[in-house]
Amino acid sequence: MLHQLEGSQAIAKAVALCRPGMVCAYPITPQTHIVEHLGELIHAEELWNCDYVNVESEMAAISVTIGSQAAGVRSYTATSSQGLLYMQEGVYNASGLELPMVMTLGNRAIGSPINIWNDHSDAMSVRDAGWIMLFPETNQEAADLHIQAFKIAETLQCPVMVCVDGFVLTHAYERVDIPSPEMVDDFLPHYEPRFCLDAANPLAIGTMVPPEYFMEVRYLAHKKQLGALKIIEQVGKDFYKKFDRHSGGLIRTYKTEEAKTIIVAMGSVLGTIKDTVDELNAQGEKYGVVSVVSYRPFPAEALRAALAHAQHVVVVEKALAVGTGGILFQELELPLKNIVRKISSIIAGLGGRAITKSMLKYALKQDEREIFLGLDQNVVAEKIQLVKSCCCK
Amino acid sequence: MFQVRIHGRGGQGVVTAAEMLSIAAFLEGKHAQAFPSFGSERMGAPVVSFCRISNREIRLREPVQEPNAVIIQDRTVIGPARAFQGIVSGGYALINSPEAEYEDQGRDDITMKCVGATEIALEHIGKPLPNAILLGSFAALTKIIQLDSVLEAIKTKFSGAIAEKNSVAAKIAYDRLA
Repeated sequence: MLHQLEGSQAIAKAVALCRPGMVCAYPITPQTHIVEHLGELIHAEELWNCDYVNVESEMAAISVTIGSQAAGVRSYTATSSQGLLYMQEGVYNASGLELPMVMTLGNRAIGSPINIWNDHSDAMSVRDAGWIMLFPETNQEAADLHIQAFKIAETLQCPVMVCVDGFVLTHAYERVDIPSPEMVDDFLPHYEPRFCLDAANPLAIGTMVPPEYFMEVRYLAHKKQLGALKIIEQVGKDFYKKFDRHSGGLIRTYKTEEAKTIIVAMGSVLGTIKDTVDELNAQGEKYGVVSVVSYRPFPAEALRAALAHAQHVVVVEKALAVGTGGILFQELELPLKNIVRKISSIIAGLGGRAITKSMLKYALKQDEREIFLGLDQNVVAEKIQLVKSCCCK
Repeated sequence: MFQVRIHGRGGQGVVTAAEMLSIAAFLEGKHAQAFPSFGSERMGAPVVSFCRISNREIRLREPVQEPNAVIIQDRTVIGPARAFQGIVSGGYALINSPEAEYEDQGRDDITMKCVGATEIALEHIGKPLPNAILLGSFAALTKIIQLDSVLEAIKTKFSGAIAEKNSVAAKIAYDRLA
């Protein structure tokens, strides 16, 4: 049924439809509305047989979620920014223990300096933690990807993080189709854990692994992630069959067939990029867009196939690896080596800086390998001058 | 696409106004997108929210820079927030003020109207909350949405007597400009 909802409400409703047995909540902007709304749904008994656990920190939130999932219960939590950093040890444990939990990350910048607005720095801090990481473009896709996330996680025995742009999506009201409980039940069957902690049948998980085996453990985790590529694609196809809506999958292409320049991006900025491309193409340009939905595992082969015919690939991303540059950009450079002649990087929207059509159009006209979208050179020059004058004394 | 920017101060329901406007448009079968100026909501601080209304899916997520209409819930933010900036020719400005007590903007290509929404609010709601009331005037001024949709949207955000009082007040504000 169609609703006009805040992104956070849509995500909470989608999570509730997946019937988790445990939701662990600790507030941090911009994720808080999601767990608040889940609390309301449990209070209203729209979600039942579910423990809502308030904890004192993010470290506790991930730990409780790990414990609950290890005890055989479908489990969920959410966080953002510094919260994810605080739970990072647990993030690695969850994937190492092969626990199929789902977490929403309300993407937000990382301090210092403190900044509550949206970018992808938090997600990038755990890109090698062994979780599957999915980036929705709209709130419809954010809701849909949560339903898919539980299915992917439980099929693979691997945790899934749905990375939703903070504020831009979490706090935006838009039209969302929330499916019926029957349809979701049919798509996502009752959770049957493959193993669980049970006093009647004792077992140990997370024991120390010596050098003789550790390499194999990591190799298997790598193989599992690569194998997930097929599962993610299949779950997206199954979702389409069931719900008649294209959400998820590995990547999506937009007007790429005849494109000379293809823009690659993740998350909510794709809408603005597509509008920009439509306006440019109406003037005779040939731009296309590729959306990366599955960031982990990285769909290198699918991207290579989608981008092979492009003369120029431009990666627009809301993250920066200080000292090296764009992260998605660097990850694409190798797969596209000797295939695409030119690849360039646009770092955009850090700390919530607006990304507009006019800024994108201007940047696309520049022949630069690396652009910081909307960077104010005066502010940069002033700061450099200030630092110089301080140091000289 | 019809783009709206709402200016006011934290505590006046600036963000809720954009959300209600989007719900009203949704109820009429339109696509609508409402979002705040991202995290700047503090009591008393200047706050901006946005709403886009269209017959097609809305993909654009940049802040509204060229609004078809602005709603100004607190006229003291007009100068500091440059509240009239970018209004398209033929657009509208709806100002919460009992009379035209604001600096002349030198724009004769837009329709400016004042409604004393705070006074209506104090009389009918008992609190100086102008947000839902101004949506009533907005419906009369722009004809982009129907008053009935606004009243329906108010019910999704407020309940009981508060919803009723806001509806009565919004209707009065509608009649002022109808």
